[in-house]
Order: sequence, then C-alpha cells, then structure tokens
Amino acid sequence: MQKKRLFSRIAVASVAALILAGCSSGSDSASEGALPEIEMMQELGTGEGQVNVVAWAGYVENGSTDPAVDWVTGFESETGCKVNVKNGTSSDDMVALMKTGEYDVVSASGDASLRLIYGGDVAPINTDLTPNYADVFENLKMQQWNSVDGVAYGVPHGRGANLLAYRTDIVKPAPTSWGSVFDANSPYKGKITAYDSAIYIADAALYLMATQPDLGITYPYALDQAQFDAAIALLEVQKPLIGEYWGDYLKHVASLKSGGSVLGTTWQININLAKGEKTPVEGIKPIEGSTGWSDTWMISSKAKNPNCAYMWINHIASPEANAGVAEWFGEAPSNEKSCALTADPNHCTTFHAADDAYWEDVYYWNTATEACLDGRKDVKCVPYSEWVKAWSSLRNS
Amino acid sequence: MLNSLATSMHRKPRLRLAALLTAPVLWLVVAYIGALATLLVTAFFTIDSFTGNVVKKFNLENFYDMFTDAAYKNVVLRTLGIAIGVTVICSILAIPMAFYMAKIAKPKSQKLLVALVLTPLWASYLVKIYAWRTMLEPNTGVVDWLFGSLGIHSPGFGGPAIIIGLSYLWLPYMILPIFAGLERLPNNLLDASGDLGAHNFYTFRKIILPLIFPSLVAGSMFTFSLSLGDYITAQILGGKLQMLGSVVYQNFSINLPFAATISMIPVTIMVIYLYLVRRTGALASM
Repeated sequence: MQKKRLFSRIAVASVAALILAGCSSGSDSASEGALPEIEMMQELGTGEGQVNVVAWAGYVENGSTDPAVDWVTGFESETGCKVNVKNGTSSDDMVALMKTGEYDVVSASGDASLRLIYGGDVAPINTDLTPNYADVFENLKMQQWNSVDGVAYGVPHGRGANLLAYRTDIVKPAPTSWGSVFDANSPYKGKITAYDSAIYIADAALYLMATQPDLGITYPYALDQAQFDAAIALLEVQKPLIGEYWGDYLKHVASLKSGGSVLGTTWQININLAKGEKTPVEGIKPIEGSTGWSDTWMISSKAKNPNCAYMWINHIASPEANAGVAEWFGEAPSNEKSCALTADPNHCTTFHAADDAYWEDVYYWNTATEACLDGRKDVKCVPYSEWVKAWSSLRNS
Repeated sequence: MLNSLATSMHRKPRLRLAALLTAPVLWLVVAYIGALATLLVTAFFTIDSFTGNVVKKFNLENFYDMFTDAAYKNVVLRTLGIAIGVTVICSILAIPMAFYMAKIAKPKSQKLLVALVLTPLWASYLVKIYAWRTMLEPNTGVVDWLFGSLGIHSPGFGGPAIIIGLSYLWLPYMILPIFAGLERLPNNLLDASGDLGAHNFYTFRKIILPLIFPSLVAGSMFTFSLSLGDYITAQILGGKLQMLGSVVYQNFSINLPFAATISMIPVTIMVIYLYLVRRTGALASM
C-alpha cells in the first residue's frame, strides 16, 4: 500500500512537471498585421546535397509515376541536390508540415501562403538569385497572396481554375452552371461531390455572387457575416445531394470512374487521370466563373538547405520544368517561355496561359481575414479560422 | 566483472528493483501518461485565428465551442451508436463461432479454425477496407453484382457500411477472448445442465453466458474502443458521414487545441465504460 501511494505521488509529480514545462515554454505567436522580420538570403552558396520539398501531388515528378514525366533527375545530377518530396494533401496540411521546420520549400496555394508569411514560416525571396523569375507573367507577380508591401515571398508556379466535372454518359444535358450542384431537386442527388475543405465555402459564395446580387458579394474570400451565413445556408441545401466529399484526389478519380460521383467540383489533373482510365468525363469552367489556384514556391524561414532550395525554385520556374509541370498537372504555366516548350503546341492556348480575359472571373484561393480583402472598411469580414469551424460544423451535423 | 555486478545486485534488492523497473516506469510516465497530459493541457490552449500558430494561454473557448455546437453532439451520438452496433454484431457473430471452435470442433480442426480466425489480421487494415469499398460500391460493387437479382442491394456508403467494415475488422478481437473463456468452461457443467432437463437455449442463458461474461466484456473493450477512435474506415466507407476520429483528423493540422479538446471525448467515454465494467466485477475475474 505504502509503495503504491509513493508511485502514484511520483506519477502525479511528473505529470505536474510536464504541464508546467508545457506552459512556460515561449508563447511568441505573431498576431494579425504584425509581419515577422525575416532576413532574405543575399548570396547563393554551394548546394547542401539535398532539399526537402512539400508539394501538391504532380508538382515534383522524378519519373517514378510515368518514366516520361521527369523534371527532377536532371536537376539532381546538375546541382547535386537530391530532391525529397512530401505530397501535401491540402493547404492546411501543407501549413502544418511547414510549421515543423523539417522542410525547405513549399508549393503554397493562396489560402496557405499568407498564413505562412504572417506565421513567420517562410522567408522573403531574393529574386536576383532566381533568374527565371524575370520570365514569369507580369500579372502573376506581386499579388495579394505572394507578396507583402512590395516584397516577394515566392516564385509563381502556375494557375488553374477549379472545374465542374461531369460524366458525359450520365449527366445530360451537359451542365453549364454551378447551379447544377446546388439544385435541391437535382436528378443526380447522392452522386454529387464537393471538395472537402473550408475553402469550398468560397465556391458557394461565388455562385451567390452571380445569382443573388442583393447580397453584395464582390469577392468570394471577403464575406461579412450575412454573406457568410448565406453561403453556409447554400451548402446546407447542397449537403443532402452529396454522395461523398473528396479530399484525396485519387479516391475522387476512382469515384468518377465507378460512377459513385457523376457531377461536382474537380481539378484538371483529375479529369486527365480519369480520362486516362477511359472514364467518359469532362471538366468545364461554368458561366459564373470559378475559384482557382495560383500557387507560389516559397522557402522556409528555417530552411536547413537554403542553397539547394533556391536552386530548386529557380529550376521549377525554368521554362523546361515549368512546361513539364503545367502539362502533367493540367494548368497554365507561369513562365512565358514555357509555352514554346510544351509537348502539345496548343497547351498554352488550351489552358489560357496568356489569355487575361479568361482569368478575369477566376478567383484564386486566398486566406480570408477580418479586414475585408475587397477593401470594405465599414464591416468586419469572417476570418478563415471561422470558415474552418463552420465547415467542421457543417460536415459533422 | 559481470559476476561481481550480479553479486552486488543480489545483495541490494532495492537497486535490483530500480534497475528492473526504471525503463517501464519511464515509458509509462513519459510516453504514456505524459502524452495524455499534454493532450489535456493542449485542449485549453487556443490558436491565432490568422496564422494558425498555437497560443499557449489558458482558456475554455474550445470546450464552449464543443458543447454549444449541436454538430458535435450529433457526431458523438453517431459514433457511440456505431461503436455499440459494431460491438453487438461482433458478439452475435463471435459467440456461436467461438462455441463451435471450443466445444464442438475436433482438436485438429480447432487449431485450423484459430489460425483462420487470425488470418485477416495478417493483411493490412487499408487493403481490407478498400476491399469492402469495392464490395459495397452501389450498383457496380460485388454485393450488388452477386445479390442484385435477388433484390438485395448494397446499403451504399454511410453508417451501415462503416458498421459492416468495422465489425469485419474487429471480429477476431471478440472471438479470441470468448474462445479462451469457453475453453476454460468445464464440459460437465453443460452435460449436467442437459441431464437435468434444460433446453439448449436455457443452458446457454443460465450457464454459458454468465460464465463467459468476463470474456465478452474483454472482447467488447477491444471492439468498442477501437471503433470509437476510428476515422479511416469512416473516410473510405462512410460517404459524407463523419465520426469523432474524423473531427480530430480534420482539425489537428489547422487547430490542434480544438482537436485535443475533441479527443477528450472518447477518453472520457472509455473511462466511464471501464468504470461501469469494473462495477460489474468482470475485470476481477478476467
């Protein structure tokens, strides 16, 4: 009995010690608005022998998926930097991975990039050290999601629109509007799919922007409480129609193939993969426009291999590599010179690389903040953390 | 050298005990209780709404969110329902199987049956669940293909599919304890009951069930707790349905403190469950 009591005392004491240790360790977190000061690299040194990359699936291909698809091996032998890639499954996942400090480089979408910048997780980049930056389309540089106060935080990667996928053999007539996935009387009830992330709230907002002008939405990432509630209400209407929400793109492709999902939001690469498996499927940009992404290669503020990291982001922005990624992933390249190098000479036309009019109604993923991103000063907007809570609540109700 | 060490150890029983117990106690306190304690502490932190960095400042916001949002009450009830469903189905399937294995099968086939019950554990969890996905796929799946003409259709992805998948996964954990319990049960009790005129079912209810009850509880602790924390099966077979584990999975990268708060729920449920089990006295006779 005596011993038992002694042991439980020791246990309690050690737990208490752990709790205290947990509380006392630094609580320095950047609050909104305060930009952490992080040094930019001034001079490129020799490579460290490796670089650890967090990327979207399909961005870093070394020939293991398809022997013909390889823009990594050449880089590795040229620079001596071995590329270790970790595919992120979502923007949230990528932010979490970058916070570990284990990775040097990330291909961040606009709903991750600002969080990384203000979280002090990525460093501003010195564009003099990445010569290929000069050839990037001007309208992709120095945007809201890849720069702060005129300082670039990364090299633009490429852009694409989130498309409406439909099975051509089942969905007739072919859809033209996002309305088809929000229609409570849809004949495809139970076979509609949607992207499983809080950022999908913006898709509902985009549809409302076109169909309910009274709400006064002008930018789907700047929603005040009333607009936000309307978007959530629309998603509640949509929920009974959904068979499965998709987060894993491979599972999504399998569902398109099996007919489990016949209609819903998708990426071009999913359409390409599904078509590769002989699935009769098409993807369109509906009349309301679309949400989309414009990704940015960023360098960690805690990068252990900064030189290789710079070499990598310069390489991935090079015309050859950029053309390779753009064609494999099915997106518009960011480098002007890529268009001359794609295997399909019409790739840049198909994906509207230089067609500014096409991108006018594509709203790239962005991180909603309390200060409205559309410039309104009289109201407070719903910040992204609230989007996450609302999404979690919607998914679990 | 080794000899003298052994001698000094022999003379000092306290030192011997310390050397023996340091590693396991350290493991228990640091890795086991420590992890739980960190979880508990994290549940009271919050995050910076913009950058997602954890702010280490005590507050009850997460608990407030958890208790006021009806969605989380629903997900708790749903998860409990699934865990109970899986446990009931596993018990119903496991008792006759274990009884046959322990009492009816010949010794040779008994060993074979035990091996067969264990074989599913050799395959990866994911492979088994994806196999069930192909089985239950609506219209094109194996179930619809085989039985569709008989009017039996796959329930589609959702709650029933999760229960089927989890019951399949955890069945061995229910069969083995019951099998062990039945093996210890003396045959002459069953014979005596029969001789005195009891029906089979009466014997089962009055003799077998009370005696294997501790084994049933042991099995249910596996099936219940494993189902309570699962999220992968829900992701693959659940369609749009979510379980408690899914909420934790969804939140841990964005809002670690909230994920920690949510994960206190299954911990609490298990503590209550174990307390109830202890009250029945099943733990003592295990």
